[in-house]
Amino acid sequence: MKSAVLVFPGINRERDMARTLKLVSGHEPAMVWHAETALPKGTDLVVLPGGFSYGDYLRCGAIAARSPVMDAVRKFAADGGLVLGVCNGFQILCESGLLPGILMRNARLKFICHDVHLRVERSDTPFTRGYNAGQVIRVPVAHGEGNYAADAETIKRLDGDGRVLYRYCSASGEVGDTHNINGAAQSIAGIVNERGNVLGMMPHPENHVEDIMGCTDGRGLFAGLAAHLERAA
Amino acid sequence: MKARVTVTLKNGILDPQGKAIEGALKSLGVDGIASVRQGKVFDIELPGADKAKAEAALKDAADKLLANTVIENYRVEVLS
Repeated sequence: MKSAVLVFPGINRERDMARTLKLVSGHEPAMVWHAETALPKGTDLVVLPGGFSYGDYLRCGAIAARSPVMDAVRKFAADGGLVLGVCNGFQILCESGLLPGILMRNARLKFICHDVHLRVERSDTPFTRGYNAGQVIRVPVAHGEGNYAADAETIKRLDGDGRVLYRYCSASGEVGDTHNINGAAQSIAGIVNERGNVLGMMPHPENHVEDIMGCTDGRGLFAGLAAHLERAA
Repeated sequence: MKARVTVTLKNGILDPQGKAIEGALKSLGVDGIASVRQGKVFDIELPGADKAKAEAALKDAADKLLANTVIENYRVEVLS
């Protein structure tokens, strides 16, 4: 696995992400500054970490989505490369047009910072193959704008085409308004693009990968990606 | 030349910030307010005096960055 972690001004989760990628895959990721116009040769996974790029000015992720490195990411994705965006990374992917829809202010306006349960909707994708379909995992969230919204037609297509990979749920896997922490359409926590090679998700799987963190449920996502890429190589 | 771009949420898009402001106005006792929707205003200066060119540049700015047309509408006005 040869991953690249993008670094935008105001991002603050890039080291957590890099640490997790190294821990799970054994390979040190490249840290790529937003002003770069190319990704390192041989990159097979691009990761957009969480944080507050450009202080969330204008709209979350809006300015980072227009930075030079994103043209390279768009080309990488168009060629079938795997892209993972977490939290602010998800917002940047939506703003850049790589994923449909937008992350709006949380329905109850509060910044939410605690563990949540996610239901893994399917296991036959590079982003979920480390889990079983229907499995419930516990990972933290930390966001003020995670309320996924899109037009009704898009939501219907995401649902119908199996592009919702992660949903907010109860500890036993029930999906519903009580467990939908931020008001997201259809309790969406993570979606992929049409081709299935770009995932955006609000929760932080990279923060639940070691026993010292109290939980290792996030590890499956990265282990699955590493296994997928090793197989492809 | 001075211009203004106003960005507003499309109809039907939930605006929790607008709702909170609406609630605050009610609790302040400001009467006669039915609802509040929050938007953004950009005051922009442009060189030159070609109005059509200015409008084209502002529209480009709004489409590319100032508004997210998934959820927002915008209006461009050249003021002087």
